[in-house]
Amino acid sequence: MSARYDRAITVFSPDGHLFQVEYALEAVRKGALAVGVRGSDAIVLGVEKKAVAKLQVAQTVRKIAQIDDHICLAFAGLTADARVLINKARIEAQSHRLTLDERASVEHMTRYIAGVQQKYTQSGGMRPFGISTLVVGFDPLGRPALYQTDPSGTYSAWKANAIGRNSKTVREFLEKNYAETSGRDTLKLALRALVEVVEGSSKNIEVAVVEKEGGLRFLADDEVDGLVKEIEEEKAAAQPQRPAAQQ
Amino acid sequence: MMRISCPLIDGPATSAAQDACGLRELGVGGAPVDSFPLPAVQDIDSFEREVVEYVKPNHGTTTLGFIFQGGVIIAVDSRASQGSYISSQTVKKVIEINPYLLGTMAGGAADCQFWERNLGRQCRLYELANGKRITVRGASKLLANTMFSYRGMGLSMGTMVAGWDEAGPGLYYVDSDGQRTKGKLFSVGSGSLYAYGVLDEGYRWDLSVEEAVELGLRSIYHATFRDAASGGTVSVYHVTQEGWTKVRGEDVGELHFRFYPDPAKHPCNSVDPLAV
Repeated sequence: MSARYDRAITVFSPDGHLFQVEYALEAVRKGALAVGVRGSDAIVLGVEKKAVAKLQVAQTVRKIAQIDDHICLAFAGLTADARVLINKARIEAQSHRLTLDERASVEHMTRYIAGVQQKYTQSGGMRPFGISTLVVGFDPLGRPALYQTDPSGTYSAWKANAIGRNSKTVREFLEKNYAETSGRDTLKLALRALVEVVEGSSKNIEVAVVEKEGGLRFLADDEVDGLVKEIEEEKAAAQPQRPAAQQ
Repeated sequence: MMRISCPLIDGPATSAAQDACGLRELGVGGAPVDSFPLPAVQDIDSFEREVVEYVKPNHGTTTLGFIFQGGVIIAVDSRASQGSYISSQTVKKVIEINPYLLGTMAGGAADCQFWERNLGRQCRLYELANGKRITVRGASKLLANTMFSYRGMGLSMGTMVAGWDEAGPGLYYVDSDGQRTKGKLFSVGSGSLYAYGVLDEGYRWDLSVEEAVELGLRSIYHATFRDAASGGTVSVYHVTQEGWTKVRGEDVGELHFRFYPDPAKHPCNSVDPLAV
């Protein structure tokens, strides 16, 4: 059945599916994990670092990108598609500044990105973008915001979310453990969510925080390792004491 | 000769990036520039300069606006003149863009009215798309963008966009050359020179609302007294956080006798006009 309906993506299947969009979501599910957690004074983005070849320069493989001074984006899925979408978003951010003499709000940016993704589900000869994004920043009233978009072009705001590999597990963890946090606690919550499925070390994890004043800041490797260590100690302390070995 | 490659400008006309930054509308990047009919003359620039004069309508006006501790005051006259003929004494020179944004009219009446009403439409669409009111900054920028895109085509408009948003009171001067300037105090029109004289002398940040309204009233009155192209009635608007309200609508003739009940005291009379 599907073989006849997934060539040109402008065609619906008889049971109302856009298969290309669903296949794109599958591509996202295979991408490296990205987690976003909204705190009261900052938003934390954590990503699973892709394995970098020995001779590859690690800094050029970044999954967290800056769109404007006050807006950042993390993605899961096809890196090249992300690059194109990020460039469009950057142009839109400057265009907005030029037309309205004001910074674009996170919501406006997200709506734009989602709009572009939707356009590619309704145009001839083009396939959808194979990425979901987490767009973060501070809104014009100074409140932290976290939005998610997906290949279908839908978007919504979240308190915390995960996209990519094992995102379901991470999302369930966040649903159980989310609380309104601030400062360091938000960082730890995001990391705790990440280490549920990713090995906790700065070799495998990249963390960035978006603050009201300072904008985007990437955490140094030793900072990440320090936080991971703290989390592991807290986990160990919380474990019930093992019964003494029976003689 | 070395050619600098600039894909955004030189690239295929279908580039989505060009679309995104509006380069296509500007005719850059492969799209045909002569997409609207141009006059078939030798020298377009001088022709355009000449033509603008033909269309040039009445600039006879005094409008002013200033920000003070109590918000924004806007005061305007209501005379329209065509040469030495007074075509109307009852022109509405304040355009109510929406309940919290005002625009003044100086220059071409049609241009002001149409483009400020169009601004109202853009502001409303912004509200619907973004779930919040547009800022004075944003609104004035949209108007200035429109003016700039018609630059050189004979539009004549000198307006002040005034309002109140999260950032507090806002006042911007926008004209048909594409200029957009933020400020605390402006006067626009043929009578602006006279208005500035009274306004600059009487302005203080700490004016009370009553004093500020009176200052606006007096400035326009004095401008209508000296400038032949200004007159009719003075309308004064006050903009606060709750929006704008019209606070005065008075005939300048009445104001003349109210301010100077004793003719001898009027600044223009060095000699008692009733002396034989």
